[in-house]
Amino acid sequence: MPAPIRLRELIRTIRTARTQAEEREMIQKECAAIRSSFREEDNTYRCRNVAKLLYMHMLGYPAHFGQLECLKLIASQKFTDKRIGYLGAMLLLDERQDVHLLMTNCIKNDLNHSTQFVQGLALCTLGCMGSSEMCRDLAGEVEKLLKTSNSYLRKKAALCAVHVIRKVPELMEMFLPATKNLLNEKNHGVLHTSVVLLTEMCERSPDMLAHFRKNEKLVPQLVRILKNLIMSGYSPEHDVSGISDPFLQVRILRLLRILGRNDDDSSEAMNDILAQVATNTETSKNVGNAILYETVLTIMDIKSESGLRVLAINILGRFLLNNDKNIRYVALTSLLKTVQTDHNAVQRHRSTIVDCLKDLDVSIKRRAMELSFALVNGNNIRGMMKELLYFLDSCEPEFKADCASGIFLAAEKYAPSKRWHIDTIMRVLTTAGSYVRDDAVPNLIQLITNSVEMHAYTVQRLYKAILGDYSQQPLVQVAAWCIGEYGDLLVSGQCEEEEPIQVTEDEVLDILESVLISNMSTSVTRGYALTAIMKLSTRFTCTVNRIKKVVSIYGSSIDVELQQRAVEYNALFKKYDHMRSALLERMPVMEKVTTNGPTEIVQTNGETEPAPLETKPPPSGPQPTSQANDLLDLLGGNDITPVIPTAPTSKPASAGGELLDLLGDITLTGAPTAAPTPASVPQISQPSFLLDGLSSQPLFNDITTGIPSITAYSKNGLKIEFTFERSNTNPSVTVITIQASNSTELDMTDFVFQAAVPKTFQLQLLSPSSSIVPAFNTGTITQVIKVLNPQKQQLRMRIKLTYNHKGSAMQDLAEVNNFPPQSWQ
Amino acid sequence: MIQAILVFNNHGKPRLVRFYQRFPEEIQQQIVRETFHLVLKRDDNICNFLEGGSLIGGSDYKLIYRHYATLYFVFCVDSSESELGILDLIQVFVETLDKCFENVCELDLIFHMDKVHYILQEVVMGGMVLETNMNEIVAQMEAQSRLEKSENFPVTLHLSTR
Repeated sequence: MPAPIRLRELIRTIRTARTQAEEREMIQKECAAIRSSFREEDNTYRCRNVAKLLYMHMLGYPAHFGQLECLKLIASQKFTDKRIGYLGAMLLLDERQDVHLLMTNCIKNDLNHSTQFVQGLALCTLGCMGSSEMCRDLAGEVEKLLKTSNSYLRKKAALCAVHVIRKVPELMEMFLPATKNLLNEKNHGVLHTSVVLLTEMCERSPDMLAHFRKNEKLVPQLVRILKNLIMSGYSPEHDVSGISDPFLQVRILRLLRILGRNDDDSSEAMNDILAQVATNTETSKNVGNAILYETVLTIMDIKSESGLRVLAINILGRFLLNNDKNIRYVALTSLLKTVQTDHNAVQRHRSTIVDCLKDLDVSIKRRAMELSFALVNGNNIRGMMKELLYFLDSCEPEFKADCASGIFLAAEKYAPSKRWHIDTIMRVLTTAGSYVRDDAVPNLIQLITNSVEMHAYTVQRLYKAILGDYSQQPLVQVAAWCIGEYGDLLVSGQCEEEEPIQVTEDEVLDILESVLISNMSTSVTRGYALTAIMKLSTRFTCTVNRIKKVVSIYGSSIDVELQQRAVEYNALFKKYDHMRSALLERMPVMEKVTTNGPTEIVQTNGETEPAPLETKPPPSGPQPTSQANDLLDLLGGNDITPVIPTAPTSKPASAGGELLDLLGDITLTGAPTAAPTPASVPQISQPSFLLDGLSSQPLFNDITTGIPSITAYSKNGLKIEFTFERSNTNPSVTVITIQASNSTELDMTDFVFQAAVPKTFQLQLLSPSSSIVPAFNTGTITQVIKVLNPQKQQLRMRIKLTYNHKGSAMQDLAEVNNFPPQSWQ
Repeated sequence: MIQAILVFNNHGKPRLVRFYQRFPEEIQQQIVRETFHLVLKRDDNICNFLEGGSLIGGSDYKLIYRHYATLYFVFCVDSSESELGILDLIQVFVETLDKCFENVCELDLIFHMDKVHYILQEVVMGGMVLETNMNEIVAQMEAQSRLEKSENFPVTLHLSTR
């Protein structure tokens, strides 16, 4: 059999291949030759064959049949064989093959070999792919080599030890004695790897960390080495671009960071050297900047004094102005990490950061955008928003969604005025309308609803926006909803904020119909448009017939959702026309729901003034406040907090139930599903703890635990009894159930019970069971009152009763003072 | 820790592939291809840092690369390495290759793949930086080649001193 070709030949041959198939053919031929050569057990050419195999492996061809051959090479006496054998083992073998265990013995022998390079090979292989069993067996050898005076072997042994510790953490203790003298070495290679070993030990075990801090006095040693590096003059062997061994400096700084973290003494010991490095390092080349960067990270991470921290942030600020894009990138990354803790210092560099938004580099732009959002606060919102909107205009599509969401969040938190807020939203919708996330649409709609005085302005601007272009779905959805809601304002030209435009009802319907017809509109958008058209039937006067026509057309739409809506709206026109105006009335102001947008913790962003206006809606409805005022007037006391009762909600006729579902999906996330009937009054938001204590009935003490009930009122045949329950989980909550009974011969109708308590209490009244107290005690009205009494004061209550009896309206006031002590103590 | 060191040319052909964490063979090749595509898209005036591709660990790892003539040198590292430091390390590695091969070019890497691996072994071991002093590395390499040579040509020529 002819001698196998050399590696060089093979490579040359393969390079002549012109297609992938040709190359594959050549390689397969050679593999076959190699395999037969292996079978012949030829020692002379084995290393050549394995070399070729490794080359083919790199190109992506299977080479597993060479694994055993590598082992044979390792066992050989020649250095040449061992070298390629170990390389093959590292490239082809791993823990999952059982074959690798066969290496253990070879490695053990080689660790004790007379030639240092052989020992080096063994250490290298063990340190790359040694399994935990191998590491356990050979750790002793490694530890021995860690103490040798041969620096070539010592540095390899150190890294090998790191690998051993990673695989078998329990063996860490074993290497501890050997580390004592490591830092006394002169050889920089050994120093470097020793610092790596110490870093690994400190990171892995807090006990080790404490040990090194106290007993070994590691920090002073490191400081000394660092000082020598900086102060010593030019040393040609370690010089890189004029700086003495920057790699070692960076390593030491990193270890100092770990040692100084959360430890005052260590941090103090390194303050000086950090300041020295920060001020003396030459910054013209990348190496200097690498050291400075590491120094800054260390300063920010340990308990350094404030002067040092300011120095660090200023260095980062200088980095931002550097021409080198890598430095800018690195600066932005670290500023992002420090913006939480040193917010004010970072704010000073805000203008530079905003300039980075205009950089050409995608990675830098992304970092600058994240940092800008972190820096927005009430003071700089206007300026920042201008920059961010400009960025949104010009940035790459992959950023637009994140940027839009970020802008919405920032605007919500810090908007200086409602008009500005609406304008900003409009701007985002028109520039990046198609990238806005779907969950932003309901939030925006809620926002618009809550800015009551801006309705006319908003709808006008939205109308103008979609007049030209209705392809951006989120924009069209919001616009359609608003036009549906506030179309009457649009047509009547009532806008105060800007020049009102003349729009006819037909024009409005034109645009909505075009949205419906357009191919670009999604099914969801069409749904919005159809419902908007329907709502306009109550707001517009002359075009109702047109609306009826449109709605009836879509009754046969292929889209099931549209079809259902259209059919139901048709029914509304035909059979339930009397209810139409009530059902399609203006939406009430919605409860503010916590946004589940992409932010995390609420940050104050460095503000000292109270946050500007929130968009919490005040509870709407004139009725409750007037009743409360009545109470106040009549009762005269100003230590009484009025309580707004919930009037019984009149449910519309059950036939309209399915229509309510339709309107239900228009009321967006979190809004109460109250049908917008005039009589209903939204519940005022109650402190949650009242409800917490009453989450489930079993938490309550029964009557059997014996809080006696009282007769709170008894006059003119009307008797009201109070029964009490206390909450087990929340002792300041008392639940009172009132029972009103009527002993006269005639029913009492339209019965309303109201109550007021002193200011230190809080009260909640739930809906009564009915409004009629039947005669002859044949039934009662029950109603539940929840009282919160955090200060455990004596419970007092004033009650007001109104009802109709024997044809006349009756009204009475009374005070209840006979609460049993167990009900409030 | 360095997870992988890849060297490939402008067409994506691998010249040096070294993984310090175990991946099956097909994944290794996929990673090389994916890294090539990520790096190829980068303009020359953009920074040298990239988020890692999905195969190699995603956003936990960074790709730090440098472009020399026809070759890309890519180091995939995790957060324990300093980005700027790795840039310098790539420079040291390339300069060492230059010293060992005398004005190194792509062909040298192609035909002496094993030697490149040996040089790399002196710089990075087990995913950690071993030695950064160029002269030291070159000296060690020369000593080892002398050892190899003496094994392969055991008969030493006796120079006549007479």
